[in-house]
Amino acid sequence: MSGLSRTDVEHVAHLARLGLTDAELSLLEGQLNHILEQYMKLAELDTDAIEPTAQTIELENILREDVVVASFPVEEVLRNAPATAGGYVVSPPLLGEDSGR
Amino acid sequence: MTDLTRLFAHEMTAGLRAGEVSSRELTAAHLDAAEAGNHALNAWLTIDRESALAQADAADARLAAPAGEADDHPLLGVPVALKDLVSVKGGQCTAGSRILEGYIAPYDAHITERLRAVGAVILGKTNMDEFAMGSSNEHSAYGPVANPWDLETVPGGSSGGSAVAVAAYHAPLSIGTDTGGSIRQPAALTGIVGIKPTYGRVSRYGIVAFASSLDQIGPFARDVRDAAALLHAVSGRDERDSTSTPVPVPAELLSLPASDDEAATGLRGKRLGLPKEYFVAGMDPDSRRRIEESVAALEGAGATVDEVSLPHTDYGLATYYIVAPAEASANLARYDGVRFGPRLGDSDVLGNYLATRGRGFGPEVKRRIMLGTYALSSGYYDAYYIKAQKVRTLIKRDFDTLFEQGFDALVAPTSPTTAFTFGAKMADPVAMYLSDACTLPVNMAGLPGISIPCGLSEGMPVGLQLIGPAWSELELFRLSRGFEALTAGASWRGREPAQIALTTDPEQPTPAERARSLALAR
Repeated sequence: MSGLSRTDVEHVAHLARLGLTDAELSLLEGQLNHILEQYMKLAELDTDAIEPTAQTIELENILREDVVVASFPVEEVLRNAPATAGGYVVSPPLLGEDSGR
Repeated sequence: MTDLTRLFAHEMTAGLRAGEVSSRELTAAHLDAAEAGNHALNAWLTIDRESALAQADAADARLAAPAGEADDHPLLGVPVALKDLVSVKGGQCTAGSRILEGYIAPYDAHITERLRAVGAVILGKTNMDEFAMGSSNEHSAYGPVANPWDLETVPGGSSGGSAVAVAAYHAPLSIGTDTGGSIRQPAALTGIVGIKPTYGRVSRYGIVAFASSLDQIGPFARDVRDAAALLHAVSGRDERDSTSTPVPVPAELLSLPASDDEAATGLRGKRLGLPKEYFVAGMDPDSRRRIEESVAALEGAGATVDEVSLPHTDYGLATYYIVAPAEASANLARYDGVRFGPRLGDSDVLGNYLATRGRGFGPEVKRRIMLGTYALSSGYYDAYYIKAQKVRTLIKRDFDTLFEQGFDALVAPTSPTTAFTFGAKMADPVAMYLSDACTLPVNMAGLPGISIPCGLSEGMPVGLQLIGPAWSELELFRLSRGFEALTAGASWRGREPAQIALTTDPEQPTPAERARSLALAR
């Protein structure tokens, strides 16, 4: 568990799809490293034989009845979309020459 | 004439049922108070007068001609405020973020449906730290909220607006969410009651998610009975939230003792534990004295209080700040500017993502997304995320061990300090995170915890926290009601927030203006 370099911070920002300014990246480099130092405390504990806890209530699977229920009306759902056409959300191309990939 | 905003919800219920007051009168009085106080407090993001009055009229009609059990709930006709991450169909729901500015909820949350069913009147939506990430409400994209006890201090967070709406008499009841202390800590800092129920008690369908293994919804109120009544209204199984649990909701939540003598007698023979690790380094000594006096009062009423140990408490902060950001980074991936919210940037898909998320999220949210993304990224997943989940097991076992020994509840401070000044912790995220040192282990273990007022320190409220085993909310309310009864005659009990009179003065600066002048003076 070593510290984060500037390149690491830029890489994580890319993974998180966060467009950050140089000033933000610099500030975060310092702050994230300070927070990671707090994480080091966990290394004190031997947890080899401990099971991880992902959730705290010991629920068994609960199956719901497989019945048809009404969906939300398309026009209400689409009302929040920044751009729509013909009952669909409009987005820049994901594939092909214009996708920027 | 009585100021209707000073009534407890149970007094409103009595007045409504006796025909002495209408829901319209109660609702109008609270809307007036909210509108008058919002300049100086900024507790509200939306006040919906028209809708609230229509709901009040509908409640008055139900009160006039009750149609059986559906109209029996004590909250029929009583006003309530909702944190702005609860979906109310047709209303804006921002979660305190720019990235949801203008987002209109297409459906009601489960708890909104429940409140409508019992006939509570929804006044509007309250300010909060962005996506519920923060302990001071200073991370709201819509400006900070002031604490009516001292307008230069924070109300705590992340449910700061909901806490202040109740503390400042804008509403008798409100709803918050608590992922690491976001109900209990602001309740403590504003001198009111707030409970985080057991994980799974209240359905989160229609609530903006932060950290899904930790988030839980709960009530704020000015006394214990009111908080119990609101929890009763919103609890119970809902198949649209797979973590909502089919555990019965006790009807006794609606019949906690009204008599102080009866309530105090209930403390006799109770076995309480005082976890020594909760008196954390940096705890304000005077707040500590209030907790010690409270313990003495509980013992005086016939409870036994033994010092106990929760040995992994000190690992809670690191564990929480791995688990919660990791879950948040996944939950917040949906804010991409494609299906809802503003779409920033004018290029390809990736460029739009970067612009929308980079400019749409505030600094604390970005920090946590970065932390969580890092903790989940290739090569670090085992070292951070799995390690934290294993430590989470140890933290939970600490609590399980004590409750297996027969303790009815644990008594602890809610917050290491009273309300702090605007800006005091903004430059140092770790200092801010430490505000929740006494509350976040309870979320890690999925347990219920309540904060109740236990006195003042230098004029500012101090909260006492009671933590119980899973599904013990009724017992926590009974103990809390007992403590409330014991301290019914205390000089601080019933005292109004010290600067409440200033909150309706339009000449007062806004909380954002106060925060700026304090920053300049620093």
